[in-house]
Amino acid sequence: MHTKTVAQLAQGLQQKEFSSVELTQCFLERIDALDPFYNSFISVNPSAALAAAATADEQLTRNNAGPLTGIPIAHKDIFCTSGMRTSCGSRMLDNFVPPYDATVIRNFGTAGAVILGKTNMDEFAMGSSNENSYYGPVNNPWDTSLVPGGSSGGSAAAVAAMLAPAATGTDTGGSIRQPGAFCGITGLKPTYGRVSRLGMVAFASSLDQAGPLARSAEDCAILLGAMAGYDKLDSTSSELPCPNYRATLGDSLEGLRIGLPREFFGDGLDPATGVAIDAALKELEALGASLVEVSLPHSKLTIPTYYIIAPAEASTNLSRFDGVRYGHRCVEPKDLHDLYTRTREEGFGDEVKRRILVGTYALSAGYYDAYYKKAQQVRRLIRQDYLDCFEQVDIIAGPTTPGPAFALGEKSNDPLAMYLEDVYTLAVNLAGLPGMSIPVGFVQDKPVGLQLIGQHFGEARLLNVAHRYQQTTDWHLAHPAMPKGE
Amino acid sequence: MAIEQDEIEKIAELARIRIASQQIGEVTQRITEILGMVDQLQAVDTTNIEPMANPLDATQRLRVDEVSEGNQREAFQAIAPAVENGLYLVPKVIE
Repeated sequence: MHTKTVAQLAQGLQQKEFSSVELTQCFLERIDALDPFYNSFISVNPSAALAAAATADEQLTRNNAGPLTGIPIAHKDIFCTSGMRTSCGSRMLDNFVPPYDATVIRNFGTAGAVILGKTNMDEFAMGSSNENSYYGPVNNPWDTSLVPGGSSGGSAAAVAAMLAPAATGTDTGGSIRQPGAFCGITGLKPTYGRVSRLGMVAFASSLDQAGPLARSAEDCAILLGAMAGYDKLDSTSSELPCPNYRATLGDSLEGLRIGLPREFFGDGLDPATGVAIDAALKELEALGASLVEVSLPHSKLTIPTYYIIAPAEASTNLSRFDGVRYGHRCVEPKDLHDLYTRTREEGFGDEVKRRILVGTYALSAGYYDAYYKKAQQVRRLIRQDYLDCFEQVDIIAGPTTPGPAFALGEKSNDPLAMYLEDVYTLAVNLAGLPGMSIPVGFVQDKPVGLQLIGQHFGEARLLNVAHRYQQTTDWHLAHPAMPKGE
Repeated sequence: MAIEQDEIEKIAELARIRIASQQIGEVTQRITEILGMVDQLQAVDTTNIEPMANPLDATQRLRVDEVSEGNQREAFQAIAPAVENGLYLVPKVIE
């Protein structure tokens, strides 16, 4: 059961080959036996999961089921789950049990899905290796000495290790696509505003988006269908209606124009990764697409732009953690100032503190224009590059990451080297575009991802391209070996 | 640009984060590296470029000013570190 896609599992459930309780039990047992090797989950609540599965089974008996009824799904521990701890990978929220559900969680509940557990992540989604978690690093299922990527590293590892059929993640600068690539699975970051951010702990509010991580583009289409849509409780949520993402998966790629930004294929791209990307592009060409060289002249500015805007928004968002209303509070504060400063010293990890400090600096009097305003202006130039490209091409493609997964500890003491990991993914968030990563091969047994970037609200086209590719290739079906010692 | 240690102390104070004295040197060095990297932006000509706050250039949506949520004080206070008689407790602020 554990190797099947969501689409296959839904069929099995509806044809009564197995029940949701059996399916959920299967994954709970796998988590219990195998997650000590990966550390991909922070919280699992077996009795709540099995109770939800039993309810789903009743719906299935009444033949009143949708494509996600009874499917267990792992959620990044950034989504508020009513009555279930939501830590965001931080000591600050280690004791936080939300009084409400995130809209994403509520939407999955309405669709009949089962909450399998909450997955590990970089603290407050800040990181590209999952090494910034208060709950310890996650190990990559393809090689446990490697990072799984981040910040949705637990979600990606759980799906790759077949501890969950699918998972949710969030992506502020690559946090779905990069771990998707490193773990050899399919991940989608939707257009800004497509999925509600209500109840998703905020990092950088103008960049954050939630999306699915799964075994196939078809599964991502199923999950996005449940997650996406207008939410009146999120003022940045789009009112544009969602198409049926599954309906167009099989469309022909004949005539599709794919833009290849020359800035994504130059220095900095690992040559062996480049070979795998080229092969994937050839495959898309064989399916009827044409490849067009394009340019994104402001690409070099995406890292500095991002590392002003994201920390500035983070410093504002994270000011809410004050030790007064919820979350961590230091013991025996001697005055209110001591309560704030010591609570935040103890509650936040090093990378989170660095970003709060950089953001506070960029927003402080005398520096605002030189940093934050400047970055917002360059952000517009970066988006314009993409809009110009989309005058010539339908989608843009390139590597998701400069190379395959790196070793645990390799970059954890060098923030700038870590920031470079997201060089191909950051601009998509700055421009608010949808982006996907799909597995397209291996470099020394490590998975490599192809990134597909679409036009605003063009998720259906991305899923269509990814699905057609996966119909003629089998990289997405590859599974890592069982961990040593099993 | 280089940033001095006392400036980091000022920023940390604004951000209400205590930094232990033995860590301030390393924190200053890391922040200096990051600010050095973002300084590339200063060379970009952005004359007449409108700052972009929202990637879709969306503006704040307004709604009718009416009560849509019930009072959930008890649920919210149940997860607070220290409460009494419906109030959040903090150290004494006024002598």
